Amino acid sequence: MIRDTFRILQMDLTSGRGQVMTLDGRNDFAGGSGLAAFLFDKFGRPDQPWDTPEQPLIFAIGPLTGYFPLMSKTVCAFKSPYHDQYAESHAGGRSALALRFADLDALVVTGQAATLSCLAVGNHHIDLKDVHYLRGKDVDATGKMLRRMYPGSGHRSIMRIGPAGEIGSAMAGINVDTYRHFGRLGGGAVMGTKNLKGIVIEGDAAFGLPKGKAYRNLFEDVYSRMTTTDMMSKYHNLGTAANLDALNALKSLPWRNLQQTRDAAISGVTGERFADDTLLRNAACAGCPVGCIHIGFVREKFMAENQYLYRQVAYDYEPIFATGTMLGVTDAFAVLGIMDVVEKMGLDVMSAGVALAWATEAAEKGLISEKESIVALRFGDAPAFKQAMQHLGQGANEFYCLLGQGALKAAAQYGGEDFACVLGQEMAGYATGEVYYVAQALGLRHSHLDTGGYSYDQKHDEKDAAKAIAFLVSDEQERVALTSMVSCLFARGVYTPDLLAECLATLGYATLSSDMTTIAGNIQQKRWQIRLATGFDPAQVKIPKRFLEINTWKGQTDPAYLARLKAGYAAAIKSMARLNPIPNA
Amino acid sequence: MKILTTPHMERCIGCYSCAMACARLVHQNLSWLTAGIRIKSSGGLSTGYTAITCLACDPAPCAAVCPTDAFAQRKGGGVIVRKKYCIHCGECAQACPVEAIYLDNTSDPFVCIHCGRCVDYCPHACLEMQSSGNEQPDESGQEVAP
Repeated sequence: MIRDTFRILQMDLTSGRGQVMTLDGRNDFAGGSGLAAFLFDKFGRPDQPWDTPEQPLIFAIGPLTGYFPLMSKTVCAFKSPYHDQYAESHAGGRSALALRFADLDALVVTGQAATLSCLAVGNHHIDLKDVHYLRGKDVDATGKMLRRMYPGSGHRSIMRIGPAGEIGSAMAGINVDTYRHFGRLGGGAVMGTKNLKGIVIEGDAAFGLPKGKAYRNLFEDVYSRMTTTDMMSKYHNLGTAANLDALNALKSLPWRNLQQTRDAAISGVTGERFADDTLLRNAACAGCPVGCIHIGFVREKFMAENQYLYRQVAYDYEPIFATGTMLGVTDAFAVLGIMDVVEKMGLDVMSAGVALAWATEAAEKGLISEKESIVALRFGDAPAFKQAMQHLGQGANEFYCLLGQGALKAAAQYGGEDFACVLGQEMAGYATGEVYYVAQALGLRHSHLDTGGYSYDQKHDEKDAAKAIAFLVSDEQERVALTSMVSCLFARGVYTPDLLAECLATLGYATLSSDMTTIAGNIQQKRWQIRLATGFDPAQVKIPKRFLEINTWKGQTDPAYLARLKAGYAAAIKSMARLNPIPNA
Repeated sequence: MKILTTPHMERCIGCYSCAMACARLVHQNLSWLTAGIRIKSSGGLSTGYTAITCLACDPAPCAAVCPTDAFAQRKGGGVIVRKKYCIHCGECAQACPVEAIYLDNTSDPFVCIHCGRCVDYCPHACLEMQSSGNEQPDESGQEVAP
């Protein structure tokens, strides 16, 4: 191991000064999700609004970061502009390894810079630079500028926000190294309110490895499982886009603001279609040989006489669902064109797509008009959606500013709450059934990756709420163990609890190795305590009527089963939050 | 003598497995820089990746300027490295025309020794060991790993 403590940099943007701290707590909080909760407890102000300058923006890695394949993610934690509660968002890119080689277990950004600024940190430097001239610049242009302004090409991570973050949109994400994102719950607005346009992390630290063959042999074993077995082939081959066809066949793919769950027009936007027609190449997060990032292209004729431009756009299942099927757009290149605008604006693609799907149905029903939407919104009209995404990202008028705070916020003013596809935040693309709806609506991150609720739905048609809730609680605990390491959750089939224990042991983390299940349970409880302390009441969560109206492979949603699940999971969450096994050091 | 080549870098996904394998197996480090092969994006990720590694010069300008024989000419191109002789002057890195030698904070040099251990870690077969074209017998014996 590098150390059995945490090495943290707290950067105060108000004073422009950083403080390096060594904190105890490794055996209680491990890293990643656990470390982020620990640091929010230390630096956060649960009773004050998200945009209070003192609120922390936390980036945390874990004890296995860089030491094993796919230990390549960073946990970002903050008080969210979306619901003013504690939030986590995860991303890869080079962020995790850049923090590792900057010799930081976490970066905690507090305060507010005097002018729009870019923060550069590493193991030998801290620099806060005025970048007022980047105000309003999109994510692509900002990335190009920052790459020229800072050294370290290839061995740095560049995080930045677009216009959406600058205007405080609750759907603003943080772009990480062009193709990855801390997308959900408004981390981009937290950077924006801190006057932080970019963060560049670059380090050149090197760490000695354990003597003997145990570590090397275990690395070989894990690497082999990741690359030579079929356990990861889904992600390597078509990528998550393979889910489109599969979920459509299961009547579980949201179409046109979840007015349908299956459509024959799927043939235009399947994983195969994207791969055959649009895929340029694959890419990977640093430290991951799987390479699940699929990069397609958009090509535009901008002038007569065959003058074209092209841009590269990464696609995945979720962005295709959000800007494709959910908006009724069924041409792969048109979908990529909408995603391209989303990327430039620095919006979270799932939130933005689902919000525009609500707006489109609201327009169909006459609740809003072009006075609000500026451009006429119709399902399938990709050029209109590209314009609307720009309006949403820039907060072009009062309507788009409100929509950027969430579809339900806009619906509260304009009507249409029944068909806002919001489960805690705008839904992910799984209309699989009652367990998933409850799992996302009440989940800590309101993410499809909080738990495997979508998978449970596909394997179980009995309506045993207690069994489903027990699954959600135990599955979350296993995932918390992984996100405290910090593993990519795509590797969850490889990193079993036993293998995690072996990895931790070979690096010398004896306590974490022997007791990670218990420790993960404690971290799970700690996260819920913080979430509830910042205002979350799982019993008050509402699941909009649209989710009761749809048909999946199991038939129509059962409202009684949904209610039992919701009440039971809310009680389980409250029960977890009442336990307090690990007070902060 | 075989040398490490990078003929298929257009396939590279930027996973850094090669560089980290070199650091792990040759230099016993967790690092993405203290390695004989380093990966850089060639002007943002949209333009793909470049491998920075020794081109196996013969004669090698880095060996020519080394004042202590820590770097010596390797038969077939490249250098044999004997770190016990290195005085961390950094002349080798200055002499390399393609910036293939990385100096850490102590000016400790890291250069490819053409051992090929990184090759198997590339998931897209970007790297290959190829004959250097100089098939003279190597009289210097086994190359010395740093």
